[in-house]
Amino acid sequence: MQSLEAFRNEVRIWLEANCPAEMRLPTRGEEDICWGGRRWVFQSDAQRLWLTRMVERGWTVPTWPKEFGGGGLAHEEEKVLREEMGRIGARLPLESFGISMLGPALLRFGNEAQKRDYLPPIARGEIRWCQGYSEPNAGSDLASLQTRAVDHGDHFLVSGQKVWTSYADKADWIFCLVRSDADAPKHRGISFIMIDMTSPGVSTRPIQLISGKSPFCATFFDDVRVPKQNLVGEINKGWDVAKYLLTHERESIGLGPTALGKRSLVDEAVRAIGRGADGRLADPFLRADIARTEVDAWALALTVDRFRSEAEFGHGLGARSAVLKYCGTELNKRCYELMMVAAGISGLEWEDARNKDGALAREWLRSKGNTIEGGTSEVMLNIIAKTILGLPGA
Amino acid sequence: MLMLTPEQVQLADSARGLLDERAPISQFRRLRDARDAVGFDRDLWRTMADMGWAGVLVAEPYGGVDFGFVGAGLLCEQMARRLVASPFLSTAVVAATALRWGGSSAQKSRWLPAIAAGEAIVALAVDEGRKHDPAATALTAIPGGNGYRLAGEKVLVIDGHVADAFVVAVRTAGRPGDLDGLTLFLIESGSPGLNVDRTVVVDSRNVARLRFGNVPVDGAAVLGEVDRGANLLEVILNAGRVGVAAELLGVTAEAFERTIAFLKERHQFGRPIGSFQALQHRAAHLYCEIEMLRSAVLAACQALDADPWTAGPLASMAKAKAAAVARLSVSEALQMHGGMGMTDDVDIGLFMKRARAGAELYGDANFHADRVARHRGF
Repeated sequence: MQSLEAFRNEVRIWLEANCPAEMRLPTRGEEDICWGGRRWVFQSDAQRLWLTRMVERGWTVPTWPKEFGGGGLAHEEEKVLREEMGRIGARLPLESFGISMLGPALLRFGNEAQKRDYLPPIARGEIRWCQGYSEPNAGSDLASLQTRAVDHGDHFLVSGQKVWTSYADKADWIFCLVRSDADAPKHRGISFIMIDMTSPGVSTRPIQLISGKSPFCATFFDDVRVPKQNLVGEINKGWDVAKYLLTHERESIGLGPTALGKRSLVDEAVRAIGRGADGRLADPFLRADIARTEVDAWALALTVDRFRSEAEFGHGLGARSAVLKYCGTELNKRCYELMMVAAGISGLEWEDARNKDGALAREWLRSKGNTIEGGTSEVMLNIIAKTILGLPGA
Repeated sequence: MLMLTPEQVQLADSARGLLDERAPISQFRRLRDARDAVGFDRDLWRTMADMGWAGVLVAEPYGGVDFGFVGAGLLCEQMARRLVASPFLSTAVVAATALRWGGSSAQKSRWLPAIAAGEAIVALAVDEGRKHDPAATALTAIPGGNGYRLAGEKVLVIDGHVADAFVVAVRTAGRPGDLDGLTLFLIESGSPGLNVDRTVVVDSRNVARLRFGNVPVDGAAVLGEVDRGANLLEVILNAGRVGVAAELLGVTAEAFERTIAFLKERHQFGRPIGSFQALQHRAAHLYCEIEMLRSAVLAACQALDADPWTAGPLASMAKAKAAAVARLSVSEALQMHGGMGMTDDVDIGLFMKRARAGAELYGDANFHADRVARHRGF
């Protein structure tokens, strides 16, 4: 393996030559993110070019094996790539639940044919995936899910309803947890299957959130025919896949961009409030709150680094993902509360071009979901109490 | 890379082994209850010096092992877990840093080998008022004779009652509130006019109050540069701050682990109290906070090792976080121990006292949050 510094140099030169200028501007919102998929319409030539070039390097999924469209990078190399992209402000060429969720599940639980058939289209941004986990009556108690898959020889017939299926109306395929054995104890009758969204009997309906329009949908299955080769892992062992993916999801939420990454709390506050004669933020109470938040955000960022380092050296992340998920999302909510305080009266304006149609207020409201989705803070604390601290059950 | 090396893990393990054997908390209690004049076990300190701890930050030519701040932080953490009374923080961390970065070659040769051998105790005297505020230094140097005469007072001088020498922050120019005009002096105890009063403080840490009644010092006693001591003082204080943050991590982690054990064994309503979700969630939250603190302390130690002159922001972040997490940790520990936590028989109260004193030492959470804010530009 070449040295990391040589790799960094190579990456830097390549990015300089290949990342279009437009793709180095900060994303203004949802519309600037490239999700890929059959129905994807590129927002610009630059977006298309950037994706194409990154796909050629395998850098849409830097750590996946090359044979499945990845870059085959080690974690340190991936970190270098991320740092170098961050240095020039390069946007991610592609985001998708295929990359963040299904891919890791297939790499671990999928058979060779599934890896060969499903991973490369994810890496190339050709197929867009959504996730079917939660149901109206299965939230924190996910394992009580009731969408059923009935065995019909070479296929299942799937019926039921999923909720919080982000982008289900735009996705090509969905990966789902279904009940394949109604008589088994709840964790042992669940299977993990992949369903083509164009199958007859699949329908979706959007969900409006307190923040306004949202990518969330409810997804309905009415006797949908699903070939048996779409089963990932063993029948009735889907909970293992689910647990693995939930851990993974928590990590990406916990490790993902916080408000401090997306907006700068300090910048927003200084812009809104101004400085006193001594250069300090003019509102001393808000300044103190922000300072404490900055201390906590810094300590969290270092913890992400430390957990990553220790995980790479064989300690594993495991239940620690619950720590990152809990701390990251709680901190994010705290940041948005402070930004709303800083924005004050102008932050209340909801339908006004001057105020970007209440963009901050909408993000603030949306952040409230962070400590619910992917496992509530309370579930995270349960996991920590039981798994890490070994406290007894009730 | 933000993780310990195998050598560092080994250092922490061997420290734990020695302290479990030689310095149980009962020893600290004995020293406290007997109002021991020295306030620590000199034999134990000699053993620590033999193991290289006293010279952990002293370069090899001066007899040290030069293991760096990550190593020093691990030792602080382990000692704090047993509330070990020793001159480690004052001498091996703070004074060793002062001499290393500010000492003349004569000062280094005179003091560093003695520090590394565990033979000399050197204490930092910086604070004067109610709160930590180096810029407010008012202890004055009046030029006279071959040098100066020092007049004023210092408080919260750790290990001052047994120190062989003091590193003293002195105002040689400007007025209280200015960072310019500070000079550090290295003054031997027993200097005429220097009065040392041992102070008993809430956590039974070894502390003294110093009174300088026109103490004569000459130019050779200056540590670093005249009137421009603020940067050196900042490095010295940051070493102390990170050392204390590491101590607070030890206090916090120990109080937490004892509390978790208690939650598992204490039964009420016919079940272990640790089975109640109301306590589980608070314990889990605390666990998260301690993990954050551990990262902060390690990063600050690494920053001091990389470049002590630029480690200020990380040192402040770590100290601010340490003070806040320690306060939460000991409060929760005491509450969860119930009535037993209020008794002197149970050790939890000792950790609470240590956490309060540690929070105050070299700047409290507000002092350091303010510095983080200024570093961030707001």
